[in-house]
Amino acid sequence: MRAVSIIGVGCTRFGERWDSSLRDLVVETGIAAIEDAGVTGETIDALYVGNMSGGRFVEQEHIGALIADYAGLSSLHIPSTRVEAACASGGLALREAFLAVASGYADIVIAAGVEKMTDVSSGVAADALAAAADREWECFFGATFPALYAMIARLHMRKYGTTREQLAQVAVKNHHHGHMNPIAQYHTEISVEDVMNSPLVADPLRVLDCSPITDGAAAVVLAPSEIASRYSDTPIRILASAQASDSLALHDRRDITTLDSTVHAAKRAFSQARLTPEEIDVAEVHDCFTIGEILAIEDLGFFPKGEGGIATEEGRTSIGGDVAVNTSGGLKACGHPVGATGIKQACEIVLQLRGEAGKRQVDEAEIGLTHNVGGSGGTALVHILSR
Amino acid sequence: MIGTHCKSCGEYYFPPRTLCPNCRRTGQMEEHKFRGTGTVITYTTIYSATEDFERLTPYNLAIIQLDEGPKLTGQVVCSPENMKIGMRVRPVFRILGKEGERGIIYYGTKFAPAEDAP
Ligand SMILES: [Zn+2]
Repeated sequence: MRAVSIIGVGCTRFGERWDSSLRDLVVETGIAAIEDAGVTGETIDALYVGNMSGGRFVEQEHIGALIADYAGLSSLHIPSTRVEAACASGGLALREAFLAVASGYADIVIAAGVEKMTDVSSGVAADALAAAADREWECFFGATFPALYAMIARLHMRKYGTTREQLAQVAVKNHHHGHMNPIAQYHTEISVEDVMNSPLVADPLRVLDCSPITDGAAAVVLAPSEIASRYSDTPIRILASAQASDSLALHDRRDITTLDSTVHAAKRAFSQARLTPEEIDVAEVHDCFTIGEILAIEDLGFFPKGEGGIATEEGRTSIGGDVAVNTSGGLKACGHPVGATGIKQACEIVLQLRGEAGKRQVDEAEIGLTHNVGGSGGTALVHILSR
Repeated sequence: MIGTHCKSCGEYYFPPRTLCPNCRRTGQMEEHKFRGTGTVITYTTIYSATEDFERLTPYNLAIIQLDEGPKLTGQVVCSPENMKIGMRVRPVFRILGKEGERGIIYYGTKFAPAEDAP
């Protein structure tokens, strides 16, 4: 296996991009990443793209070829592959690209992610997203994604004493981080009271506990580390790439309040990187709902099980804390175009490790982590990056 | 409520499985009719649902552990204030939802409080 580095990143502005089609978003992000990497089209060996549900959101499948085409690469006939793991599709595209380079099969590879979600009604969007749960044994009985995470939240509160306010503090922190991120969907700060007074979606979760419906795309360019300095003055090493799975339905899990897929992906990643969770300076984790971030910071090993809520309350996950979590604003404030999220997470960590994160820069950030979850935890991906 | 029971290791499965994950090829599966009584592990009340369920809101959804062991997701018919972790429930046959504009109604198992269920 060869060492692999990220030599370029590009990310569109996230939000309701009514003026841009899925193709436009791909072009915007592709050009940005390719320019940032300083590569030419002819040097690109392969392309992987994460996309959850082009079929449902814009009635377009075959996203692999479409992306290659609109990125201006169709005349080069490179292999272009769409991968899907629900909300973890982007993280999976990054891993597939990493494996292609690490194995020696390809040199310059692009990992991209895209989702255009706002062309359909919120009901259709909710149903498309619900397809990541177990249709037959969860959705058929009326389950929604917020409902699944609400059931996790309620049991976490009961077992560990996590408070409703602590959940709100995740959203408050991520909006604070997001308001310093130019590409974020929301640039508004919110208070604990704002979260507590927002309408109930699935008790105890409220509107401001939930990540929004978002349009956006992101791309990173990978190269073997041995030639990365040809293209970039600040190549970022991928020290680990790990993936794990679990039962599709939440009710079949060993423990409802732990995402074992996260636990196992993290264990594998830390062992590959020969690092411990204490050594991570900055992390992008999967906060599709506020409880999701509490689970993540526990299951990744940043804090003991059950102490994610109090750690958040004490500011240990804010910029300047033990580990800066979701400096981009996370899925909550930066937005969650599902197929693009895992790649946007990598873009944010690369900016942090290069020292290019502007107002939200974490001092002396050297090692970063990304954590991307599919569904209620059926898939999890963890990547560890280093300056 | 029909599931399966593995005669080799004694595990019960709902929904039914043809292969026992514990025993794989050495498993011996037989059909098992569940009593349907169980305990609420966790729950939520849904205020915003997908289109098929919107007219039922607010409704309670729970993860229920059947007395034989398997867990499942189902609706509990009672007022939200009366929902509790650890409450006993029993199965009832009810309208589950309505599909699309034409309104095809489908039925299935929901649960109701059963403090007296053994
Ligand atoms: Zn068995």
